[in-house]
Amino acid sequence: MKLAEQVIAGDRLALARTLSLVENDTPQGWSALDELFPHTGRAHLIGITGAPGTGKSSLVNQLAYAFRHPTDGTPPLRVAVIAVDPSSPFSGGALLGDRVRMRDLAGDPGVFIRSMASRGALGGLARHTAAVAQVFDAAGFDIILIETVGAGQGEVDIARLAHTTIVVEAPGLGDDIQAIKAGILEIADILVINKADRPGVEQTERALRAMLELAKPERMIMHHGRFVTFPDRTEQNEAVPGWKPFIMKTIAVRGEGVQELARAVHEHGEYLRRNSEWQRRERERLDTELKSLLQAELMARWQQRVPEEMYQIIFKQVLQRTVSPYQAVVKLLEQSHLF
Amino acid sequence: MAERKIRVLIAKPGLDGHDRGAKVVARALRDAGMEVIYTGLRQTPEMIAEAALQEDVDVVGLSILSGAHMVLVPRVMELLRANGQDHICVFVGGIIPDADVPALLAHGVKAVYGPGTSTEKIVEDVRRIVLGEPALQV
Repeated sequence: MKLAEQVIAGDRLALARTLSLVENDTPQGWSALDELFPHTGRAHLIGITGAPGTGKSSLVNQLAYAFRHPTDGTPPLRVAVIAVDPSSPFSGGALLGDRVRMRDLAGDPGVFIRSMASRGALGGLARHTAAVAQVFDAAGFDIILIETVGAGQGEVDIARLAHTTIVVEAPGLGDDIQAIKAGILEIADILVINKADRPGVEQTERALRAMLELAKPERMIMHHGRFVTFPDRTEQNEAVPGWKPFIMKTIAVRGEGVQELARAVHEHGEYLRRNSEWQRRERERLDTELKSLLQAELMARWQQRVPEEMYQIIFKQVLQRTVSPYQAVVKLLEQSHLF
Repeated sequence: MAERKIRVLIAKPGLDGHDRGAKVVARALRDAGMEVIYTGLRQTPEMIAEAALQEDVDVVGLSILSGAHMVLVPRVMELLRANGQDHICVFVGGIIPDADVPALLAHGVKAVYGPGTSTEKIVEDVRRIVLGEPALQV
């Protein structure tokens, strides 16, 4: 049986192998993905991001557990976890420690946890996180929880990959100016204040609420070089389709507030499906993925065609300031005869 | 553009709570450019075998200071085999009496490291083991 067929049949060893082959950018990995891709598109991708130490891993552990043990009588869902941790910029190595907080999931055949090193990618994910999620999707996992690198303010790639983005905050991490800065808070579909038993939780909640109330009725965002208007997110009713981010409080180590969070995730999923927002996100996601793959492939082909010496000759002209970097790019592209 | 990293699982089976050694080794392997998955304290052999499978590691390092190595190590080896993961190389570190070393090696363990082993040697051995070469002599 071929690798892709084994993955679809539920073979965990084949799944683990395929994830590695895809992560390592191998031809076998891509050909397996070719076969798996038609089986994707069913899973609910949930991103969990936030600053280091806010409790993302503990929350993922509890959230996965909640999906496995629903209290409302619905059947348990199959859950995959992709936990991304940073690679060292110096050695290229990585210490992947998210499993330490995920012990409650051990021994459950309905859960599969995979740690991924970022391998130099910025933006909070690894380069092949999207592809790894597709493998899990094809393998029949209903929920894919993607935990990003401990993120600062600019690591927002997860919003393009996930259907639902959860941003985790903790009390005492910043004042209300942090809350109105651009970036990570803007991508939240659900804002979680974890460690809600800590002092300062009211202030954090007030700052986040104030930030949401300031949100403009229409949001203009730069998308592929042009401005696109998105609908109002401040009203949550049927007449005006829009999603006002939930603010939720949890104490992940004790599991408090986590069943509620799981319900909020389902509610967001239903909202997306009801308003064809799901398709819009899928479209945007695949568009982004296709373009970035195209970019990487063009670069690789260009490198095959233009010898390093040629690059060095032209680069030297740039160093001597006889040719500008823009002129150099034109020359280098001409050298490839690709265009 | 293919990128192949050595993936190592560092695990502490059993009930002792001394994880300094495991963390030092994990850090050294990381600094040598490997991807190290650390699972934390008090893992059962079942949890370790399951993590090794999900993470598709090349190497498993077991740190044991409780004296229960003759029970825990054979069980981990048995579970790895049962999961179809015979290719995984296993090394053991901790307080292991010399007399027990041959028995552990007979169970398929590639190397056993006691206190005072240099991290350089462990890093070098892991590289060699993954390439299918024997560990260096102490």
